[in-house]
Amino acid sequence: MSLGSVRNPPPFLDSEDQEPEYDTGDLDSDDGEEIFTGTSNKPFVSTPPETDPSSDIFSEEGSYTVQKHTAPKTNGVQSDEELDLFAEATVELTLTAPNSRGRKEIIGPTEPLSTTVNTHGKLHVANTSNKPSEEVEEEESGDTFELNIAVTNPEKMGDGMNAYMTYKVSTQTTLPAFRSKTFSVRRRFSDFLGLYEKLSVKYNLMGCIIPPPPQKSVVGMTKVKVGKEDPSSAEFVEKRRAALERYLQRVVSHPALLQDSDVQEFLEREELPRAVNTQALSGSGFLKMINKASDAVNKMTIKMNESDNWFESKLQEVENEEQLLRRLHASVDSLVNHRKELCSNTAMFAKSVAMLGSSEENSALSRALSQLAEVEDKLEQLHQEQAFSDFFTLTELLADYLRLLGAVRGCFEQRMKAWQRWQEAQSTLQKKREAEAKLLWSNKPDKLQQAKEDITEWEAKVGQCERDFERISSTLRKEVHRFEKEKCRDFKHHIVKYLESLLRSQHRLVKCWEAFLPEAKAIV
Amino acid sequence: MIKLIVQLSSPSLLRSVSVDLNNDSSLLIDIPDALCERDKVKFTVHTKTTLNSFQKPDFSVSRQHEDFIWLHDTLVETEEYAGLIIPPAPPKPDFESPREKMHKLGEGEATMTKEEYTKMKQELEAEYLAVFKKTVQVHEIFLQRLSSHPNLSKDRNFQIFLEYDQDLSVRRKNAKEMFGGFFKNMVKSADEVLISGIKDVDEFFEQEKTFLLDYFSKIKDSTAKAEKMTRSHKNVADDYIHISATLNSIAADDNTALKQHLEKFAELLEKLRKVEGRVASDQELKLTELLRYYMRDIQAAKDLLYRRARALADYENSNKALDKARLKSKDVAQAEENQKQCLLKFDKLSESGKKELTSFKGRRVVAFRKNLIEMAELEIKHAKQCVILHSTCIDLMDSSFIFAVVQVRGRR
Repeated sequence: MSLGSVRNPPPFLDSEDQEPEYDTGDLDSDDGEEIFTGTSNKPFVSTPPETDPSSDIFSEEGSYTVQKHTAPKTNGVQSDEELDLFAEATVELTLTAPNSRGRKEIIGPTEPLSTTVNTHGKLHVANTSNKPSEEVEEEESGDTFELNIAVTNPEKMGDGMNAYMTYKVSTQTTLPAFRSKTFSVRRRFSDFLGLYEKLSVKYNLMGCIIPPPPQKSVVGMTKVKVGKEDPSSAEFVEKRRAALERYLQRVVSHPALLQDSDVQEFLEREELPRAVNTQALSGSGFLKMINKASDAVNKMTIKMNESDNWFESKLQEVENEEQLLRRLHASVDSLVNHRKELCSNTAMFAKSVAMLGSSEENSALSRALSQLAEVEDKLEQLHQEQAFSDFFTLTELLADYLRLLGAVRGCFEQRMKAWQRWQEAQSTLQKKREAEAKLLWSNKPDKLQQAKEDITEWEAKVGQCERDFERISSTLRKEVHRFEKEKCRDFKHHIVKYLESLLRSQHRLVKCWEAFLPEAKAIV
Repeated sequence: MIKLIVQLSSPSLLRSVSVDLNNDSSLLIDIPDALCERDKVKFTVHTKTTLNSFQKPDFSVSRQHEDFIWLHDTLVETEEYAGLIIPPAPPKPDFESPREKMHKLGEGEATMTKEEYTKMKQELEAEYLAVFKKTVQVHEIFLQRLSSHPNLSKDRNFQIFLEYDQDLSVRRKNAKEMFGGFFKNMVKSADEVLISGIKDVDEFFEQEKTFLLDYFSKIKDSTAKAEKMTRSHKNVADDYIHISATLNSIAADDNTALKQHLEKFAELLEKLRKVEGRVASDQELKLTELLRYYMRDIQAAKDLLYRRARALADYENSNKALDKARLKSKDVAQAEENQKQCLLKFDKLSESGKKELTSFKGRRVVAFRKNLIEMAELEIKHAKQCVILHSTCIDLMDSSFIFAVVQVRGRR
């Protein structure tokens, strides 16, 4: 019926108790239809779907329907939540096992989860399962599970050039796959990179968009290692911590990756083997560089016969967007720098005015000048915070999406490679057939047998390649949809958040100057 | 280069420095327009007077910046005005900053969208105009201070400046004068040492000296820092232009629901940057310009102190000369006369100096008060405007969510 009848899952976070879970942001007017019908209109089936390409990803536990889990978007800033470690780090997932209940279920090819982010940075995973007909109740019929991740407490271990930072990765979850409800482990940066490597290897060939981890930074890390206790290295650590947190949140918001054993191991296991192949100057590092180079060459030489225009136009879109985002990122970066400059100039000015006030002979004016110095000091703080907000809300978001778009492009490339493999298999098959024909003609029965076997083998391969290609294509399509929805939500959320921070600082600005005005008027 | 004619109407509203105009309308001066030709600015100085000393009651002449400097230097060198604070000479018109920026903009034109380029160009043109207006103001204030001073307004050279309808450059380009200027600067630095070393007998002047020397260095520092601060503010405002333009490009390509948000955000930033730009220029006018002006005024006050110190030194020398003459019994009468003159001069200087410095104090405090109040009020106004802009934008963004919900609900 209507969305209002969505049964709310037992809220995981206390702070959500009072709020009717209703994510209005999910209902974009233009793809409202899509939410309920999915990309394909399958008739309402009450039996679990079989060989559905996307549900392969969901592996052994049968079919899932993922329910919509919504939260309200309130105007303005939400009330402060309690100091929950996970307040900023929620990923809520809901999984239902339709076979266990007898109610009307929404079954069918499930849309990949899309995440919504509300004004407090919680990631909500919302359902976009298809509703074949309008009257199907989107009822909550299963247990809902949640997974919240936070990355905190950076700590330096060891010293000298062998030092490294570890971060505490804490998880709160109700998923049965994990041994306990709350647990935490310590991980270092190379562990995160290692996780990415493992996931890439597994999922690249399927067309899934794997979120890329934050970048290595030799300069930044060296400073931290050397032990300089200056604000720039503290800033670097904070930047990295936040980036790692966002990375993990993106990983677990992907339905397939959440189920992945490597991910679960990463979150749960006490000690992880050192991921050595992530080091920049290692053998595998070089190998990767060489691979990347050859990939680039390949890309130029592959000319794909695109049967589906969607992919071609989408790739073009992605490339254009990447370019524009890059430019935006540069502009926002420049804004951050200028604001930092403004901040330091204001501080210097404040000091100077204080000195001036102290040597002023007229006492009222002297007082007013000291007040002015104080106001400017407060302004400096304001500017500092604003720069901080500029950076973390906008710059980092853009940087993340630049990397994500790179990953999307990578998936398109994988698809092209799959196509290439298929073509190659076909041409090999062709050759084998020609060889067989030749043998028939030259009448060599013993070799003929071999040739026939070859042909069968290659026919199978061709079939496999074709299936792979189809599968990667359809997965990629769904993934791109999911990605776009997520991006939409992410951007909206961050824009609103940024505007709110601007609003707050302007409010404070008004207060500062209003406090100063009577002092100025008191000058005699 | 650029030919710019600026018509200024009611410039007093824009003025940051209050001029103690005696409400005597016997001599009214203003600069109604100016012409910028290549590197030279030509001011039209317009005078309205009821005084008989002038040939016509209403007339205008064209003057260049160098003419103002000539007038100032001439007044400073006039013995008669040694006990007065001569209003500081207006600074040379400086279009270096906007010119440089315009050059850089031209170089970077290829990297920005047409819209961006146009906006940046507009900004720069506005900046250029602002510098222009400021220089006109500063020149005008100089003349008005002269005209409202009881003694200086009657100066013959001042009258020539206002009235002489030919080019003044003939009078200016006097090599001796140029030399004289150089020599004067050397003497001035010697003066600094002179007055900072000796402790004055007169309590008033001793206090003034200490205060002015200290205050000058502090206000000079504050002026420089204020300049840097307002420039950073301008940079932030300019950045909003680039961001807004790029957002618009992205929105143009975007087909999702994000499009509206991006467009609204871009629109907000465009409005914001105008406000931020105004904040920066108001700050420049009310704060930086205030500090800059009084820095120069304090220098003029210091010059008065130097002149007095020199007169004192002259007096002491004349005393010594008198003693020597008495010893030698030669030219005693002359030495006595000399000494009497020096004492007279010194006393006159001290008396008028005291008056000038006292009124200067009052003037300074009044100006600071006015400008600080105005600046605070403007900042509040701009910040409140920003608050409104932001809230409206946020509401618009949130409302689109609600709108979408209503749509969906309607379907059911």
